[in-house]
Amino acid sequence: MDRLGGKQIGLIAVVLLFAGAFFVRAPLPILQVAPEPVFTIGGFVITNTLLATWVTMVVLLLLFRAATSNMQLVPRGIQNVIESLVEALYDFAQSVAGPRFGKVFFPLVGTIFFFVLCNSWLSLLPGFGTIGVAKTGEHEGVVMEQAGPLLVIPPSPTIVKEGQHAPEGKLVGELVPFLRGANTDLKTTLSLALLAMFFIEFWGIKYQGLAAYGGKFVNFSGFKQGPFMGVIYFIIGIIETISEFARIISFTFRLFGNMFAGEVLLAVIVFLVPWVVADVFYSLELFVGIVQALVFAGLTLVFAASATAGHGGGHEDEHGHSEHAAAGH
Amino acid sequence: MENAEAAKLIAASLAMGLGAVGPGIGIGILAGKAMEAIGRNPEAAGAIQTNMILALAFCEAIGIYALVVALILKFV
Repeated sequence: MDRLGGKQIGLIAVVLLFAGAFFVRAPLPILQVAPEPVFTIGGFVITNTLLATWVTMVVLLLLFRAATSNMQLVPRGIQNVIESLVEALYDFAQSVAGPRFGKVFFPLVGTIFFFVLCNSWLSLLPGFGTIGVAKTGEHEGVVMEQAGPLLVIPPSPTIVKEGQHAPEGKLVGELVPFLRGANTDLKTTLSLALLAMFFIEFWGIKYQGLAAYGGKFVNFSGFKQGPFMGVIYFIIGIIETISEFARIISFTFRLFGNMFAGEVLLAVIVFLVPWVVADVFYSLELFVGIVQALVFAGLTLVFAASATAGHGGGHEDEHGHSEHAAAGH
Repeated sequence: MENAEAAKLIAASLAMGLGAVGPGIGIGILAGKAMEAIGRNPEAAGAIQTNMILALAFCEAIGIYALVVALILKFV
């Protein structure tokens, strides 16, 4: 055959579908929210999400090292790709926060974007969640088979629940993966959220002064207009404080919820349907990964911009956007 | 309480099901208005799109909170 037409591709897909349904079935996922510890170093527990974070760090360092070593004035290859990404982010930061503050906020915003993005996308690689240590000798789990020095969970494995008898001579256990997507750990997302909020407050105090910025939260300015207005403004100040703390919670759970739900979705879909259909959900996960990275970085940027702008904030935004739109088209 | 398992399952499904109503309506209204705005002013499409995605994240987050509650009920 010379060229694959639409009909041939469709036929191949259907054949793969049916073959997958019979031969390539994933085991029922055993899911838990908390990350599993892999080993301990002198009392400090190393979990599989921490290992995944280290993998992300190594990948990012190598990527940017490759892009910035031997830099040319006219970029080509990987330097070109990274430069266009960084430039797009920088323009976005400047369009939201203005030229001066965009420069200040960009390092944090860019780092958060690349870190969250790499965490999400690397967790989709084969090997994450599938290769690990087997906890055998448990009373419940899946039946594993020996294949040389390795234990393998076969396709369509037998599940042994508590109280059931394990088949003779077979090992029953659970898989503790070496690597698990880092964003599925509440600790990762919480630390990113705390970092972002710390910097937002820090920039607010630095560029507006403690009195002006703190005055947003402990608001006595209403008392100039009489005691009734004073009390109302004071209560508004308290509500502002609560909403600052609520932002930490919302940052944490937005990223955690999206990523953990994505992991559960993939595990269940791969169990339920033949493997060609699972590709659709993989592309959904790719999309969600980049959108959540953009959203986390973008929201940090927007909150930082509004924290440093105070009363003149709205105007900066409009100028930046109209210039950006005009320049872009 | 003997029926704790059954109650947990029902609670998980209710949490997710009812929790998806609000964000669904919200995202629909948001996207509809964004489409209208782009239709009236195609030159500003880039700016509108960026702001829409940002506001979409806020809306989506509420649905994700419901999902987290459902997941914690089911798996913890």
